[in-house]
This record gives sequence, C-alpha cells and structure tokens, in this order.
Amino acid sequence: MKKSYKIDVDCANCAAKMEEAANKADGVNEATVNFMTQKIKVDFKDSADPQAVMADILKRCKKIESDCEIYF
Amino acid sequence: MTPKQKKNLIKIIAAAALTAALILIQKFFDINGYILFALYFAVYIFIGGDVVLKAFKGIKNGQPFDENLLMTIATVGAFCLALFSGSGEYTEAVAVMLFYKTGEWFEHFAVGKSRKSITDLMDICPDYANVEGEDGQLTKVDPEEVEPGSIIAVKPGERIPIDGVIISGATVIDTSALTGESVPRDAKVGDEVMSGCINLNGLIKIKTSREFGESTASKILELIEDASSRKSKSEKFITKFSRIYTPAVVAAAIALAVIPPVVSIISGGSAEWSKWIYRALTFLVISCPCALVISIPLSFFAGIGSAGKQGILIKGSNYLEILSKSKTVVFDKTGTLTKGSFDVSAVHPEGIDEKTLLHLAAHAERYSDHPISDSVKRAYPSENDECIIDESENFAGLGVTAKVNGKTVAVGNSKLMEKVGADYHECSLTGTVLHVAIDGKYAGHIVISDTVKENSAEAISKIKKLPAKTVMLTGDTEQVASAVAKELGIDEYKSGLLPQDKVAEMEKLADEKNGSRGVIAFAGDGINDAPVLARADIGIAMGALGSDAAVEAADIVLMDDDPLKIPIAVGISKKCLKTVKENIYFAIGVKLLCLVLGALGIAGMWSAVFADVGVMVIAVLNAVRCMFYRR
Repeated sequence: MKKSYKIDVDCANCAAKMEEAANKADGVNEATVNFMTQKIKVDFKDSADPQAVMADILKRCKKIESDCEIYF
Repeated sequence: MTPKQKKNLIKIIAAAALTAALILIQKFFDINGYILFALYFAVYIFIGGDVVLKAFKGIKNGQPFDENLLMTIATVGAFCLALFSGSGEYTEAVAVMLFYKTGEWFEHFAVGKSRKSITDLMDICPDYANVEGEDGQLTKVDPEEVEPGSIIAVKPGERIPIDGVIISGATVIDTSALTGESVPRDAKVGDEVMSGCINLNGLIKIKTSREFGESTASKILELIEDASSRKSKSEKFITKFSRIYTPAVVAAAIALAVIPPVVSIISGGSAEWSKWIYRALTFLVISCPCALVISIPLSFFAGIGSAGKQGILIKGSNYLEILSKSKTVVFDKTGTLTKGSFDVSAVHPEGIDEKTLLHLAAHAERYSDHPISDSVKRAYPSENDECIIDESENFAGLGVTAKVNGKTVAVGNSKLMEKVGADYHECSLTGTVLHVAIDGKYAGHIVISDTVKENSAEAISKIKKLPAKTVMLTGDTEQVASAVAKELGIDEYKSGLLPQDKVAEMEKLADEKNGSRGVIAFAGDGINDAPVLARADIGIAMGALGSDAAVEAADIVLMDDDPLKIPIAVGISKKCLKTVKENIYFAIGVKLLCLVLGALGIAGMWSAVFADVGVMVIAVLNAVRCMFYRR
C-alpha cells in the first residue's frame, strides 16, 4: 500500500538523509522524500500498520533534523 | 514568510545589532579581556546555539560530517585563537556565524519561494467539490470522498475537480492547465470533461466517472511530483561529489593546519601555529556544498514545472537530461505529423462546379456509414437539405449509387465507374480518389487524404534548427510517405512498415555507425506505438490524455497532439541542463578559488563566508530561471 504524507524538511541534504533513514524503518518497502514538493511517499509492507510505521519514521527523521515534522 | 522564518529573521537582526554594539564598546572602552569574551560568546550562543547543538546531535547520531559541525569547529576555533593569542578579535567568530545564519535564512526563503511558485504552476487540483444532495442543495466536500457516479456542480470560474460527463448545462472550458492550449473549448450535455479544466461561463452538472485519485488532474500532479524523485545523472553526480568533497576539504584543512608549521619547525623557522590554524578554519567554512546540493534539483524541478505548464509531462529529471541531448527525432506519421483523420483534400470537377460535385456526392453517400463517406459528409456539412434521395444502393468494395433529385449519382472507385460505363481518368494527387458519375457521365473526382497538421512543418523546421535529424516511420505507402516527407522537409523516411517493423527500424537506427546518431527520441501517438516508445532512448507520446497505456510506455507525454511541443520540450530541457552546468562550474570554480586564496592567506574567514553564501544565492536564482521559457 502506498501513501503520501506532507513533511516539513528544511534542506535538500536533510531530505536525502531522511529518505535513507525512512527506508531503514520496519514495515517499509520503499520510501521517497521529495524535498521540492515537501512530501514523503511510503510504500508499506502488507502486514505493516501505517500509523506505527510513520511514528517510527518520524522518530528517525527527527534524529536528522530535530524540527522536522510529518503530518500523518 | 513562515512564522519560523520570521522568528529567525528577527533573531538575525537582533544579533547583528548586538554585535555592532559590542564592536563600538570594544573600540571606545577598555574592557577586561575575559568580560569581553563572555559578552561576545553570549551573542554567539544566541545566534548560533542551535548550530552547535545540531553539530553535537549529528555526532551522537553517527552523522558527523555536516555543515553544522564544520561551522562549529571553524567558529569555536576562531574564538580559541583570539582568546589564546590575546588579540581580543572575537568579532570574526561571531560575524562568521551571523553570516552563516543569514545565508541559511536566505536559502530557506529563496528555496521556499521558488518551490511555491513552481508548485503553483502545477496547482491544477481543486480542494473541494460541490456535491448535489437529494434536495438539490449544494454542499462543499473533499473531492476524495466523492464516489464515482455522483452528481457534482461546477460554477463558472471553478476548476472541474473530477473527471465525468456533463448531464446538464453548456459552457466553455479552459483546458490550458492540461494541454497548454489557450483557445477555450465548447462543452455541452453528453461531453466528457476532464478534471483540471476551468469552467468559464455556465453552471454545469457533471456525473463523475472516476474517483478523485484516478482523475486526470490528480494523475498528472502525481506524475510531475514523482518526476523529481527520478534522479538525473547530474543530480547523482552532485550527491557523490558532496560525499567526497566535504571529507576531502576537512582532510585538506587538517593538513594545512599541521604540515606547514611542522615543515617550518624542521627547517628551523618558527611554527606560526595560529596563522595556519586560522587558514585551516577558513577552509572549513568553504567546505559546505550547499549551493550545488540545492540548486541542481531545483533547476530540474523548475524545468519540469515549466514544461508541465505547456502541457508537456516529463516523467523524470533523468528524461529531461536525455532529451536535451537528442540528435535524431523519429516520428510516426499518422496521428503524429498528420491529423490521422481522412479529409477531402481536393475536388476536381468536370463540367460542373466544385460545390455541386461535393453536394451530389455527399447526398449519394447519405445512407453509407463507411469512413470515407463520413469524410465526404464532413466536407459538405449542410447535406441534410430538401433534395430528394432514394434508391440508395451500396456496392461493397466499389462505392454507392443513389437517385438525387431524379438523377442517378454514382460515387466510388474506378471499378464502379467501369460498371456504370463512365469515362473516368486517374488523378495526379496521392490519396484515395472518389470518382463521381451523373447518369453515367463522368463528373470529376474527389481526393480524400490524411492531411498534415498545421504545425507539423514549423515543428520539423524548429527541430532541424536544434540541430537534430528528422526521420519518419510509417505503415503507409511509399507514394504517400514521400509526399508528406517532401511537404514537411523531413530528412529521411521509411514506408510500408508494420508495427513490429518499426521497432526493428528503430533498432537499426540506434546501431547505425555505432550509435553515431546520438540520442534518439521517438514521437508517436502512443496507442499502437507503445513498443517503439519503449525502445527509443526517449519516448514521446502525443495526445495521450486519458490513455493510461501510452502514459505508461512513454517518458514524456504531450497532453495534446501538437507536434510543435516537441521542439519546445527539447528547448526547455536544453535550457535546464545549461543552467545546471553553469551552476556546477560556477559553484565549484568559486569554491576552489576561495580554497586557494584561503590557503595562501589572501582570503580570510569573512570572504569565505561571503563566497559560500553568495554562490548559493546566485545558484538558486539562476536555477529559478528554468521556470521561464519563451517559445
């Protein structure tokens, strides 16, 4: 299942790092962070609970940029 | 300006004022060195505290090499130098941090602004739909909640949110957001309308045929948004470059701080540690590759946005890059360069006038539904007049005969003429020739052929000026192909090709003289050309609005079927790539220059920050230029 969320990310470099971090989260097949449109697109594994996965992704992203926010 | 940006701006101004005040105090009053240090350090933490914090977090999270750490090392280093050398020159560290923050602020502001103006270009999805309830009342709802088959109302001036069919009302719609076509189109009951178009004057009610997410506008938006995640070679190069660049500069900085003093000591001179450490710190300030990291994707994004506005969908930055290198453009003929519909192209009457010939022929064809008779009827639109038509007869493979106002009119091919005993002759033009005989006497002929699109000739001449070679592949006969190629000025053509032959032909072109043809683009109507679209280096599908298969197979999708969009797309891609190159050379060039000047001690930390911020700002502004393309 693919879903797209709004993400607040300040720099292009951070967005690339967040994409890397999001791809490491459990339950994620593939994640892309689009700095230009300020969107994160996540392809969840079938068994995953999107809410829980997104919470995990947000935690990982905050490690990169503490004032990052994802709206899910 | 977002609240966050406003807050940061105030902070920067306040810090600048405080720094200025401190400089004045230091000039006119004799203050104890440690108190002065404390005052400057307080301002430093006020403006750059978050940078220092982020630097530590980066180390903690195992991501040490970022600009925060570099700035922290450089400024803290400058503080230490000033403190231990007793010079009291704390201004530099604070000022460098201040400039860095100003640059960062400007970067966010400029990037945010350009991002917004580009996304506005593509903002074709309305965020509500007026759903009609059972009592006829309209309620505004989220378009995502509208089920297919619902009735929605679109008022004048509103954008159509969801694809559907008009069930009441008539209006004129502006399709420019989808097709780039500026002439509005009429729409009436029974017409299919696409989301993203603007309803210009009348209230219409639409029965939706798709979900919001499946509607044209949503799909287009999704395509454009996804496009920037398909990275081009230049973007990949920059990612790699920045991965090497920052550690390399840091290593060079360490070398600069250590090697010259050590060499100096060995050779018996004084070490001059502070001089070399200062130069090394200057290196660190220049080590951030921000200008490149931000401006390259921004250029591509702006290029894709600007193409989207013209009705050209580019499915990825990588395709934009390949397109800019096209050296050969291969066309399909029917539906791409020609209209693909058969029209009357010439009327050659004999003994009667043109209008009468067409009139009688149209009448004779009245009861036939053959595509050719449709063409004749289209050419004479007021066919349904008071003339009496009877005894209409259809001869398969020959034509038709009918009695029109008492005269027997035969319309068909040469065999029909032989059958009715008319003395016909062939026409010099290419196309399907319809002979007409009245009461057995030859009355002339009508030529029906696929006509060339209005813009085809201009498109071909513009492509030749790019410069690129033009090739036409067609399933049509040699005679027709050579006529079209000659009319449009196409360099080469191949005729009589079946769809699978076109793929083989495409491969032949690619292999020719070891790929001396360069990048080959193929433009086709997308319906039966899917394999060729996929085989070409870059596939351009035309008039593919609503055809999912074509959108899938192609790399670039033209929303309407105007061939003139092809040179425009190539033009946009060339401009975009030129900007990207400019930015790469400019940013790397200035940085290298500053590194050299810094190592020689000619440029100090101040000029390093100026170089860093200045290059970034210029690169961003340059990138935004990709948004504008003049035809």
